[in-house]
Amino acid sequence: MKRQFLSGPYLVWMFLFTLIPLAIVVYYAFTDSVTGSFTLSNMASMGSYLPIFLRSVWLAVVSALICLVVGYPVAWCIAQTKPMTQRFLYMLVMLPMCISFLLRTLAWVSLLEDTGIINRLLGQIGIGPLRLVRNDGAVILGMVYNYLPYMIMPLYTVIMKIDHRLVDAAQDLGCDGGQVFLRVTLPLSVPGIVSGVTMVFVPAVSTFYISQKMGGTTSTMIGDVIESQFKTAYNPNLGAALSLVLMVLVLVCVAVMNHFTGEDESVVTI
Amino acid sequence: MSKELIRLADISMAYDGEVVLNNINLYINDSEFLTLLGPSGCGKTTTLQIIGGFVKPTAGSVLFDGVRINDIPPHKRQVNTVFQRYALFPHLDVYDNIAFGLRIAKLGEDEIAKRVTEMLEVVGMRGFEERKVDNLSGGQQQRIAIARALVNRPKVLLLDEPLGALDLRLRKDMQVELKRIQQQMGITFIFVTHDQEEALTMSDTIVVMDKGEIQQIGTPEDIYNEPKNAFVADFIGESNILDGIMRADRVVEFFGRRFACVDEGFGKDEAVDVVIRPEDVDIVPADGGHLCGTVTSVTFKGVHYDIIVDFHGFKWLIQTTDYQPVGAVIGIRLNPEDIHIMKRSKYSGMFGDYSSYSAEYDEIGDAALAEELEAEEDGE
Repeated sequence: MKRQFLSGPYLVWMFLFTLIPLAIVVYYAFTDSVTGSFTLSNMASMGSYLPIFLRSVWLAVVSALICLVVGYPVAWCIAQTKPMTQRFLYMLVMLPMCISFLLRTLAWVSLLEDTGIINRLLGQIGIGPLRLVRNDGAVILGMVYNYLPYMIMPLYTVIMKIDHRLVDAAQDLGCDGGQVFLRVTLPLSVPGIVSGVTMVFVPAVSTFYISQKMGGTTSTMIGDVIESQFKTAYNPNLGAALSLVLMVLVLVCVAVMNHFTGEDESVVTI
Repeated sequence: MSKELIRLADISMAYDGEVVLNNINLYINDSEFLTLLGPSGCGKTTTLQIIGGFVKPTAGSVLFDGVRINDIPPHKRQVNTVFQRYALFPHLDVYDNIAFGLRIAKLGEDEIAKRVTEMLEVVGMRGFEERKVDNLSGGQQQRIAIARALVNRPKVLLLDEPLGALDLRLRKDMQVELKRIQQQMGITFIFVTHDQEEALTMSDTIVVMDKGEIQQIGTPEDIYNEPKNAFVADFIGESNILDGIMRADRVVEFFGRRFACVDEGFGKDEAVDVVIRPEDVDIVPADGGHLCGTVTSVTFKGVHYDIIVDFHGFKWLIQTTDYQPVGAVIGIRLNPEDIHIMKRSKYSGMFGDYSSYSAEYDEIGDAALAEELEAEEDGE
């Protein structure tokens, strides 16, 4: 119990750089940009941003689901290999994260743009140029590419920890391979699925850089709007209100997902 | 009753060139309680896994009711397993764990409910249906694991060291319980253990294994009273094993003295191993015995004393209810039926000498075995 002071530095950090900024956001969200007096008008204007909120959530959900579908088999396969191989493969999955996020996104743009490498190659065989970037598909591609490791990490951890004897036991009780997966492996990896989906969904729903670089004019996401309120529209009060609503939205989504894991099984909660 | 159900014919198994089982031949009768007994690494669990279908033998055949089943996967065998540490499904409650196999078999929910309730009755766990398995004690998890396997009405139940994780008292209760369930259900149990007492208590037939080979098959009485070689004599109970020479039928010579015994059929002057169980030795006054020795150590064991007696430099373990002080000179008498003669084997000379005996010996041995087991499991 006396060791609790060890968490002191973190508590100070959290107070200075999370709680105080949060209070400032709340303050700005409920004050007028010109007079500085209390107002609900920022909140009242949220309705007009509803389509963008929905778009953001939609793109983030689609990205998270694609990450899940792509990431699960990868995580499962890695967990089946020998420990040494597992470490190596896991490192490979993490490798893209060693390169700057911005750089990776720009690299995708230069691959996909009309004069990019892919279109030039396609041009050689008489196809195209195809419109590969500046659309929703490209935004989703960018998010899946960037956030896939965050999906694989928790899935791999959970699948690896599943006791091999449970698989033997299921076979012993009459399950073929598919039934073993559906009745044992999949239910036991739900905590990993929830963590993975959360870890992809949360950054994806608030992203702005990917949608700016890879999205078209109609691909604006809520992160872009918030950024522009602070940097170009000079209306930090509206930006703060948007941020606050986004935060509540994310918390609600996470709470709903954690509901499926039960009280004590979730690996990561945000 | 004694119809043959399973036969292992010339089974061998090797992992990466390392031989784990060497030419195992064994048949198992219907409704019998058979125990595979041996030290860690003897191949007993592998034998069980071969019968369960989790491991394919490198050579030989597994026959079930006369049909070769080598290539039949575990989920299609009429065999269920109680795993080491139970392997209950943590995401399901007690009821759903037991119902698991029945749901796979697509039985109606009414029938499932009836059979699950029936099984909970058999293992004495009625009222626990809704409990999460993580909230059960070791003994309760054990019972659920047995119920989960038996509810499928297998012809054979395989039990892989199922009592290893329980404390001594619970283990003794479960031994009796398992035997009762086996008799009540009337099916074949194949039980794996390294605990000789457990094997003696429960089994109809014991198969003693070491280094991937079967050393002896027999009833508990046979195995104890008529061990085939020094390994079996030492592994099952305590034994003093001496070098002897058969001078004629029913006459054996050791320590330069001839003794009457009951064994015959050995060659004249054949070198043999002589087994004398510590509890069979009669202590008499020094001048009235066949042999005369000095007590070098005494350990109180509750029911009896373990005393170590030095006879001409060879130390025996003798169990007696009469206290003998260290340094006392005592005589012993050996009745013909107390002397058991075995053929020489590769194990001769490796066991049965108590010169290095100490009171802690057994415990150290057990601890080392437990660690070995741990290591074995971690290595999987």
